Amino acid sequence: MLSIQAHTTLGSMRLDVELAVAPGECLALAGPSGAGKTSALRVAAGLLRPAEGRVEANGETWLDTTRGIDVPADRRRCGYVFQDYALFPHLSACQNVAYPLRGLSRHERRSRALGLLERFGLAARAEARPGTLSGGERQRVALARALARGPEVLLLDEPLSALDARTRAGAARELAAVLRESDAPALLVTHDFAEAAQLGDRVGIIDHGEVVQEGTASELAAAPSSAFVADFTGAVVLTGTASRGPDGLTHVELDGGGTVTTTDDGDGAVAVSVYPWEIAIEPAGVQPHGSTQNHLTAEVLSITTIGNRVRLGLGGPQPLAAEITLASAERLQLEPGARVTATWKAAATRLVAA
Amino acid sequence: MRGGWFGVLLFLCLAAALLFLTLPIAAIFVDSSPGELIDSLGEQGALDALWLSLRTTAAAIVIILLVGTPAAYLLATRSFRGKALVVTLIELPLVLPPAVAGIGLLAAVGPSGILGGTLDAAGIELSLTTAGVVVALTFVASPFYVRQAMAAFAAVDRSLLDASRTLGASEARGFLRVMIPVAVPGLAAGTALALGRALGEFGATLMFAGSFQGITQTVPLAIYDRFSTDFAAALALSAVLVAVSGAILLSVKLVQGGAALGGWQAD
Repeated sequence: MLSIQAHTTLGSMRLDVELAVAPGECLALAGPSGAGKTSALRVAAGLLRPAEGRVEANGETWLDTTRGIDVPADRRRCGYVFQDYALFPHLSACQNVAYPLRGLSRHERRSRALGLLERFGLAARAEARPGTLSGGERQRVALARALARGPEVLLLDEPLSALDARTRAGAARELAAVLRESDAPALLVTHDFAEAAQLGDRVGIIDHGEVVQEGTASELAAAPSSAFVADFTGAVVLTGTASRGPDGLTHVELDGGGTVTTTDDGDGAVAVSVYPWEIAIEPAGVQPHGSTQNHLTAEVLSITTIGNRVRLGLGGPQPLAAEITLASAERLQLEPGARVTATWKAAATRLVAA
Repeated sequence: MRGGWFGVLLFLCLAAALLFLTLPIAAIFVDSSPGELIDSLGEQGALDALWLSLRTTAAAIVIILLVGTPAAYLLATRSFRGKALVVTLIELPLVLPPAVAGIGLLAAVGPSGILGGTLDAAGIELSLTTAGVVVALTFVASPFYVRQAMAAFAAVDRSLLDASRTLGASEARGFLRVMIPVAVPGLAAGTALALGRALGEFGATLMFAGSFQGITQTVPLAIYDRFSTDFAAALALSAVLVAVSGAILLSVKLVQGGAALGGWQAD
């Protein structure tokens, strides 16, 4: 069990976080840069001392400002993976992993370090300096080094952000496997909701130093508590004014024109959110005749192919994004400048505070 | 060459600088035959001066490294009130004329200086002694090292030190095992600057320690002592100093080049 409470001012920013992570669980803190994600990790590791706070790890108090307890960073058994990995450039991969191993014979340290490197498929790179390792290899060395001391808590700062897109998918799968195997509570921070959803058992959205919503990734995506969370989870967010219609649905007059209907309740200034993959595309001028309630005319601004699907950037009164299959995009002969109608169901439309 | 007349101007300036800076050094070797050089070095006074210069410089460098390295690390990694003032005070001897340094040392630790009585009571005599030479060299050379070492430590990624701490190492261990090895190219450059300055020290040594053969007469003082009476001997000693200084510069370049080849300097 890891629990962190921190209340402090960092320069011009407030940090007010209260987090708890169960043994074997991974809590992924996701938020934009400057939201205080890394600061939360640094408080846990003892690298940053908050004005007020408590940190407890497996029943041991690492920090309690009211009782004047502050265990120094080097006595807190936490495995910290730094954003740029912070590998020691003058030491080989093996020496990096052996660095935290103390009170053992030279031979024992080396064989343990080699064992860890082997587990990460790096036995052949044991003598290489970090400067000659690829991004993916560095990430695995950093992970092996963080695990070497048998940490009670795992702290991971953007563990995948230094990797190129090609390496990232594989590294994410490997990291997920490591996290599943580990009994230690893990706190991971990322600016990418998809990464948080993939690696975290639970996800906390952090903004301006505060955790604004916490839950499983699907809970957050299905019921975002604010426009910020909706936007962060990858939804399209449109703003407007809501009013209750006679049909029992809520109608939102969008800023800039157009109306959207939702099954959620609300009135006044609101934001509506819908996921890009809920949006269907029809050629402009064709009256949609299915069950969808929402129809907005828009212009195709950009077409990005992502594997077998296509992400469309749409311009209208407010920008939209839709994801459709590559096959559909080809059938509709979409290209930038084409006029289309974006349609989606009122039931897929969430109403959140603006 | 790209850039037309500007390129020509750049080239001419470099050529002028190179000629101006290398001509006097070349002249030292051209103006004396190798036979004369070796003969002059056989003289007892010259040998004494060389041996004394090496001993005192080595002692000064050891003191500078042992005290200057932790001090530079502190200045590079902590921020505190008045830090800018502390740094300025440490750098002050850099711009001090050597004669002023000599007078200052006399006034501070000379026989009638403010600490003179205390040192005397402790049985320590500095002025006109070999120990006094070491004090003078340390005083003028240490700012060169501390300044460079500070920059070298400040350039090390702070997350390395954080990583060391989260891996269970005390700050002292991180300092020895991570910060110093990673900063080595910068520390070597600082050491070379201090070595060069100490080897060539003249004014402060002369004023504070005097010029007694075998006791306080280092190579620069010996050169000065001879140049009006025995120019060949002065040239020979100068040639030795050039060779030693050149060797220092070369070894620093090698240390830095080696670090870059090891793949962790440019990283």
